[in-house]
Amino acid sequence: MSGLRRRLRPLAIPILAVISAFIVGSLFLIFTDIPALQVLPTQPLDFLGTAVGNVIKAYAALLTGSLGDPTRFADAFRTPTPENWATAIRPISETLVAATPLIFTGLAIAVSFRSGVFNIGGDGQFVLGALGATATVLLLRDLPAPVTLVAGLLAGIVFGMAWGFIPGFLKARMGAHEVITTIMLNYVALQIVQLALRTPFMRPATGSEPISKVIDFVRVPALIPLPGLRLHWGFIVALIAAALVSYFLFRTTKGFELRAAGLNLTAARYAGMSAGGSIILAMVVSGALAGLGGAFQVLGTVTQMSNDVNSGYGWTAIALALLGGTRPGGVVAAAILFGALNNGGHEMQIETSIPLDLLVFIQALVIMFVAAPDLVRQIYRLRRRGPEGGAPVEEGAAA
Amino acid sequence: MRLELRDITKQFPGVLANDRISISADRGKVLGLLGENGAGKTTLMNILSGLYRPDSGEILIDGETQVFRDPAEAISAGIGMVHQHFMLVPVFDVVESVALGSEPVSGLAATFDRATARARVVELSNQYGLHVDPDSKIEDLPVGVRQRVEILKALYRRSDILVLDEPSAVLTPGETEELFGIIRGLAAGGTTVIFITHKLNEVLEVADTITVLRRGRVAGTVLPHETSREELANLMVGREVELTVTRGPANPGETVLELKDVFVRNDRDEMAVRGASLEVRAGEIVAVAGVQGNGQTELVEAITGLRHIDSGHIKVGDTLLDEAKPRKVADLGVAHIPEDRMRDGLIKGMTVAENYILDSYHREPYSSTGRFDRVAIAREAAKGVKEFDIRTPSIETTVGSLSGGNQQKVIVAREFSRPVKLVVASQPTRGLDVGSIEYIHRRIIEQRDAGAAILIVSTELDEVLALGDRVAVMFSGRIVGVLPSEQATKEAVGMLMGGVH
Repeated sequence: MSGLRRRLRPLAIPILAVISAFIVGSLFLIFTDIPALQVLPTQPLDFLGTAVGNVIKAYAALLTGSLGDPTRFADAFRTPTPENWATAIRPISETLVAATPLIFTGLAIAVSFRSGVFNIGGDGQFVLGALGATATVLLLRDLPAPVTLVAGLLAGIVFGMAWGFIPGFLKARMGAHEVITTIMLNYVALQIVQLALRTPFMRPATGSEPISKVIDFVRVPALIPLPGLRLHWGFIVALIAAALVSYFLFRTTKGFELRAAGLNLTAARYAGMSAGGSIILAMVVSGALAGLGGAFQVLGTVTQMSNDVNSGYGWTAIALALLGGTRPGGVVAAAILFGALNNGGHEMQIETSIPLDLLVFIQALVIMFVAAPDLVRQIYRLRRRGPEGGAPVEEGAAA
Repeated sequence: MRLELRDITKQFPGVLANDRISISADRGKVLGLLGENGAGKTTLMNILSGLYRPDSGEILIDGETQVFRDPAEAISAGIGMVHQHFMLVPVFDVVESVALGSEPVSGLAATFDRATARARVVELSNQYGLHVDPDSKIEDLPVGVRQRVEILKALYRRSDILVLDEPSAVLTPGETEELFGIIRGLAAGGTTVIFITHKLNEVLEVADTITVLRRGRVAGTVLPHETSREELANLMVGREVELTVTRGPANPGETVLELKDVFVRNDRDEMAVRGASLEVRAGEIVAVAGVQGNGQTELVEAITGLRHIDSGHIKVGDTLLDEAKPRKVADLGVAHIPEDRMRDGLIKGMTVAENYILDSYHREPYSSTGRFDRVAIAREAAKGVKEFDIRTPSIETTVGSLSGGNQQKVIVAREFSRPVKLVVASQPTRGLDVGSIEYIHRRIIEQRDAGAAILIVSTELDEVLALGDRVAVMFSGRIVGVLPSEQATKEAVGMLMGGVH
């Protein structure tokens, strides 16, 4: 097998999973269209036409909603005003805005999975990172804006780290199962946020909603200097974080220990590694990434801390880590895909009145197919990966 | 029933697993199917049990051609498989496990008729001398008994042809003897038995005819009383093999490992090692014999820094091991070949190169200041692969896809890549084929001749006798005797192993 094919091999299942999800999604679309179904017995050809037309319309709206509309790009080229350009680029900008927190939390979960720790606490680490960042910039609002901003981002990292350290320490030293502790700590984190949002320090002068003062006096700089585009440098930092995580996992001794512990704890111990150390390290790194994601969300995207600053990023991250094969590059690709689906869905809903829920359905299908690789292999008649170039597992494997 | 396989051929991408293989076994006879790992034994049995379909060739039972589209058809044709890895539900009892899938039912609601099933299990158990308590839970049974439950399962389904895949791999010598008794009983009762193994002694002992496979082909079919271990080994490997690696006399120097009244607890907090004392000197091999579970595992873990010592002391050179720190022990020049290579010694999802550096990754030249030097790693791993003749497509291949022998060579190459003063090898050749055993033994003897102290722990008596300059016997947590190799006969060591001294 050539080197290139070997490299591409891990991509086969996720890509086929995505394709399958869209195919099943289109069937769902067709067979839930009641008015169209009513003509099926009498005019089957019409039905087929409408069905295919609807599917194409829906997915086209999804594409223009997430990547941009060609006609708007044409307008922008014809009349290159900043406004026209902003309009043309906005869909892809919003897709990347939606992807940014997902990249951070996806990386966080991927790191923990690599070490064999199931961090289900991405949500808690994310919201506490956001809270820490908000509180810090409110506290330091009189300092020069760049200083305040950096301090806020660092606070996000520290808060996330702390929230990752607790379950890591409990597992390494006391054997507490991290799935339980991280889930429980998610609730604790949410309550801490509730509590903090009631304090006069955080609450705006008027109103009783559980939201903080607006913190737009410091803001992560926009990436594209066009009016109304929300994409900020957090996205670039997310990509850098992915590169760093990749470097950490595959080029450093600590990353090696972490992966070794994740794959075979006993052998790691026999080789003289400290299993507890790897667990704590993985949880701290994981928490830091999620926390930084939270900080960028409040300091770059929403400019206000609230209860719903996190819309299930920690949970979606689990799916992204799986879809991306726990590889940082894969997580980035998966996060952008999910960002595109979330963002393009709005356009689709407006254009075709197909509910946003179709996208949730498609996302769920993607995850289902990724989680059942044998199903995908059977559908597409892929050969199971055996030792030494494709032969099914032979006796050598058993001995 | 008479079973015959004619010209079976099975091609996998890149591998001709079975190349016109023909075997046959008469009613009431035991056919020993001997071959190294990768010789095609398991593929052939998967064809017989309906898991694979052959590309060409036929299966005949009593002269009639059979086509098995799935395992259920093979079972209904009377073929029963006992796999190497048991397929039992731990929380079921024996009756439930045996009946599972073909349960007798009674009443309108067609509920499980336990009484009928139980009666039949008892009847079969008595008929063939299997001695299985029908009401015990599987998880409470020792491995040897679980295997008998598997045999009962096959008999319960009225199998006339019983296939046993490497049945002795998980058994103690005593349990193996019992198994042979059961096999003879089954054959006497008319069952045709196919016994798959890579162990020469076993086929010689139990088989009526022996067919040897090598690289997917039949290398020869012989009768046990007309052949010898040497001939079988040559057929298996395809060249002359030394079954016992020759070694010169030992030239012992100063004491490298000293155990004095060592007590060690096991995972259940019971005292597993109870006052073991032993010395191993530079330039000699001390082989520890003993039935599995007499404290050998815990003793080795204590020596290699994986387990705390309760009392007593262990000294490597002049250093007293006072805390359990595997890395510290390794730094003293101790190489450790662990008991279970897939569990303790290798990370099967990692590459050959990564496993090669598994316990020295933190040192030069592999890394400095926490960062890997990938060029150096590739260079050193390639050197190790070459020097230890590890058959792998590349150093980037995952270790899990190598054969057992090559996996063990990765461990040996890794451990011997460091300067070695003491080698602690636990079951160094378990489950390996003849060629790999020879190779590993030779390497260990080389280390001895280079001046290292060697401690080998093995439950294979042949291995202990072949390698030990002195043979120590462990029983019930103590070293109950140490014999120089000229006094270490099978009988003498066997007596000590059984606790008679």
